[in-house]
Amino acid sequence: MEQLLKILENNARLPVEDIAAMLGKSPAEVSAMMDLARAQGLIKGYKTLVDWEKAGVDRVEAVIELHVSPKKSRGFDEIANTIASFDEVESVLLMSGGYDLQLVIKGKTFQEIALFVAKRLSPLDDVLSTATHFVLRTYKREGKLYQMDEIDERELL
Amino acid sequence: MEYEKLIAPAAAAMRPSGIRKFFDLAAEMPECISLGVGEPDFKTPWAIREAGIDSLEHGRTRYTSNAGLKELRVEICRYLKRRFELDYDPLHEVLVTVGGSEAIDMCVRALVSPGDEVIIPEPCFVCYEPITTLSGGVPVHLPCRLEDEFRLNAEALRQAITPRTKLLILPFPNNPTGAVLEREDLEAIAEVLRGTNVIVLSDEIYSELTYGANRHISIASLPGMKERTVVVNGFSKSYAMTGWRLGYACGPAPIIQIMTKIHQSAIMSAPTTSQYAAIVALKECDKEIEQMRDEYNMRRRLVVKGFNDLGLTCFEPKGAFYAFPCIQSTGMTSQEFCTRLLEQKHVALVPGDAFGDSGEGYCRVSYAYSVEHLKEALKRIGEFLQEIGAPCAEQ
Repeated sequence: MEQLLKILENNARLPVEDIAAMLGKSPAEVSAMMDLARAQGLIKGYKTLVDWEKAGVDRVEAVIELHVSPKKSRGFDEIANTIASFDEVESVLLMSGGYDLQLVIKGKTFQEIALFVAKRLSPLDDVLSTATHFVLRTYKREGKLYQMDEIDERELL
Repeated sequence: MEYEKLIAPAAAAMRPSGIRKFFDLAAEMPECISLGVGEPDFKTPWAIREAGIDSLEHGRTRYTSNAGLKELRVEICRYLKRRFELDYDPLHEVLVTVGGSEAIDMCVRALVSPGDEVIIPEPCFVCYEPITTLSGGVPVHLPCRLEDEFRLNAEALRQAITPRTKLLILPFPNNPTGAVLEREDLEAIAEVLRGTNVIVLSDEIYSELTYGANRHISIASLPGMKERTVVVNGFSKSYAMTGWRLGYACGPAPIIQIMTKIHQSAIMSAPTTSQYAAIVALKECDKEIEQMRDEYNMRRRLVVKGFNDLGLTCFEPKGAFYAFPCIQSTGMTSQEFCTRLLEQKHVALVPGDAFGDSGEGYCRVSYAYSVEHLKEALKRIGEFLQEIGAPCAEQ
């Protein structure tokens, strides 16, 4: 199963027949494994990596560092789940080190993100402080280069 | 100057690499996609690169001892013990070389006199014959057959041995076929060699890349074989370190001593930066080897199935990173097939006859490429087979 998940993590669009060949299994077996992984929540979904800058579509992305006050009984879970339920929030991660939660927010404009922080995030009782960092450019995401091509420098033969 | 008269006849007579010729052709194709390379597509694991950088930062930029850093030789011996149950003395039985290639060269130079016969199983990597002839040795080609899954047949070996036989090259896991030798194959070969004066040059550069139920076994680990075997290995394939140029030879002290003497005059010492990096490779990177092997294994299955589905039968290669499909069903020679495939579909494979006459009818396919790259190449080969009206192509 681990091998299957690694293959899919790298390329979710590989045909089942190819994955089956790579794993030495039948396509039916691989389909069943994928269904199982989905049902067990091992696979959370499939997305596409889009270079929006290249596509000429305006997108703004920000990373927000949050200091929050954890609850005695539930630790960080309660506030983290509350924030995770906002649609604007792309990811919520509990961090070690200088702050508690890291959020990634995507919006159409700077203003949209600024308003989200000011009106929805900051007023939350458990949020002590926020620091918003806007993403200026993407060079690499999920292991894929955005600003240059991978070049195979090996000789042809 | 009449250079042709100046060049030493033995050097002039060296057979040029059959790969080279094809490379020049491929290099002119702008859209060419290659399944030709014989080196990993992975980068050297970061911990190893960092160790190299670290050694430079500390100013370790001088020669090492001729045989190589002692710490590296100690780690090589520990590694060989851990992985392949081989026992070597780091002080007298190890020589660190500029890639496995130099180790092969030194071994042949140390042992082969004019007229000595060197048995070379084929198909095989292109270096053994020219190095042999340069020493005045006589290459004796021993074809390996598809019926034997390209393993060396012990009976054929017995028949090839003469009073003049000095050396047996044992290149397994094999480039280009991907064949491996199992314990029973090695036992049979060992049985032929015990009691003779034939030395084995066991080129085990692909020893970490095996995919069958059993791990690689070194012939030197069999009873009575260590004393007649020089094991050649290195860092290029297992740790994706081709450009670092680092390998080693282990064997009986009297042979290693002579190899070290030649190495001292010809090379001095292997690259210092690479030696420091290699210490970390051996100490810390077993896990990385495993990850790369898993990745190669998935590609291997994809490629072998791909060729079989196309009707180009491909026996299951259990080592290295090559498949060796048979193209005889197309009615073409290896050269014709590869040339037309290159011209019509811009896909570069290496014709099997580049690795010896017994490679005729096959071509070497490297799967040291991404899955997407492999799939594109397979697609084009499928189209090519349709265009030439090859029998049993799918669809």
